[in-house]
Amino acid sequence: MSNLQRKNTRDRLISIALALLSLLFIAPILIVLMNSFKSKLFISSEPFRFPNTETFTGRANYIEGAKKINFFKAFGYSLFITTFSVLAVVFTTSMLGWYLTRVKSRFTQITYYLLVFSMIVPFQMVMFTMSKIANMLHLDNPLGVIVLYVGFGAGLGTFMFSGFIKTIPLSLEEAALIDGASPPQTFFLVVLPMLKPTAITIAILNAMWIWNDYLLPYLTIGTEYKTIPVAIQYLRGGYGAVDMGAMMAMLVLAMVPIIVFYIFTQRYIIEGVVAGAVKG
Amino acid sequence: MDKTLRRWAPLFVLPALICFVIAFLVPMIMGFVLSFFKFSTVTDGVFVGWSNYKRIFIDMDFIKALWMNVRFTVVTVIMINILAFFLALLVTRGVKGTNIYRTIFFMPNLIGGIVLGWIWLLIINGILLPKNATIITDPKYGFWGLVALANWQNIGYMMVIYIAGIQTINKDLLEAAEIDGANSWIRLKSVILPSIMPAITICSFLTLTSGFKLFDQNLALTAGNPARQTEMLALNIYNTFYTRSNFEGVGQAKAVLFTILVAAIALSQLALTRQKEVEV
Repeated sequence: MSNLQRKNTRDRLISIALALLSLLFIAPILIVLMNSFKSKLFISSEPFRFPNTETFTGRANYIEGAKKINFFKAFGYSLFITTFSVLAVVFTTSMLGWYLTRVKSRFTQITYYLLVFSMIVPFQMVMFTMSKIANMLHLDNPLGVIVLYVGFGAGLGTFMFSGFIKTIPLSLEEAALIDGASPPQTFFLVVLPMLKPTAITIAILNAMWIWNDYLLPYLTIGTEYKTIPVAIQYLRGGYGAVDMGAMMAMLVLAMVPIIVFYIFTQRYIIEGVVAGAVKG
Repeated sequence: MDKTLRRWAPLFVLPALICFVIAFLVPMIMGFVLSFFKFSTVTDGVFVGWSNYKRIFIDMDFIKALWMNVRFTVVTVIMINILAFFLALLVTRGVKGTNIYRTIFFMPNLIGGIVLGWIWLLIINGILLPKNATIITDPKYGFWGLVALANWQNIGYMMVIYIAGIQTINKDLLEAAEIDGANSWIRLKSVILPSIMPAITICSFLTLTSGFKLFDQNLALTAGNPARQTEMLALNIYNTFYTRSNFEGVGQAKAVLFTILVAAIALSQLALTRQKEVEV
């Protein structure tokens, strides 16, 4: 009896602690949301106070900010680049991963090690030369950037797909080939459906990375086509002057799609990220 | 199978491989070669030997950035891992709403570095308001601001990995230890810690490399201010390339050293994990 009571008190204490910690974790987002409705003059002078009749400005910051950085255009570029890069990474790296696992030659081995090596190299190593090459090859547009993302996503994608393919028995594929299926038919009809869990993981990891990526789009297409992170950073004027009102509103608009998406897919996202961390 | 597949090599290999060569392999090789050249575009190089490497150390900015980066990484690796582990312990005690807490704690990890930086700029400046200071008044404000940001971003992520580790703990063993009168410290040390060693390895590696690679957050939160004193390695390399003329070669040489540093951490981690697996 007393043991049960002790457990109950303990559970209640843990619940309270967790509730308080959750509040602490959401607080930064709520503070930004709150300030996005305040006139910019009061954001820096009283950031932790609720808007009142004097400081409340309604949608003004949203209208001002969206106009300043052309938010909806940036949203469009981010959505286009992320969607098509993710699709391209999933398809091309699963194909490459299958080939590299099933064909053993010096070429496939070297390619595999180069891809794994690329996962370690920090972006600063290649950023200057890569952006110049992208420029020379006319890849400095939203479509061309997809090529670059496939190139940078190739390491993790191929690594994880071939890790999974190693665990599926060869017999299914061999049976398909003996029955007269061509390798593309075998891959798309037999192998690819089995890769679904890994494909979801790869899609989630790449979507999070590409949607939030700043430096690559900034260096390659930043002047003409601003994605959301580039557009937001652009609000910091040349001399560090920032319209904090517009900034708060744009931060909210930048976070809303991510949070909505997360609420509906959180199980997959958390599982995908853990799988990526453990295997990568 | 090997033979039939080889005939289709171009279809399976080329899409990802061409992108990889354009975005990574050629820029990587060119970057390494150009670290021994004086250049301003990638085609006008003049061979200068080790001169770029020597010029890195003429002024102290790179060493200062390295020192700032080391301090930041040590503090964040320790804080994030301890806090994430205890949060994981709290969340796995079986109280109601565990899933909701997990979802909330993980959420900041989805927000991009630029947006994170601006959120925390508002909060840190708000906290410093009574002191009549801002984040760029004193480098220690920027340092702890970056630490707070990194904690908020990564605790939930690492917590999820620790949860996966905690779920592998043998419940019977834990109960047996409790019956035998082992106190919570002994249970933690002899039953819990050994089972979560893999999670500790993964989490310390992830926080270690992400600490050294941090860029977006550094740019958005402090941009290295005041007087470049909160500038870390990635931002220092970026500034060397893009804010100083005639320093492209030096920037590239710094990037090579940075790559060696990050690769050394990654490889020693890999060796450590391999060794552990052999022991088990």
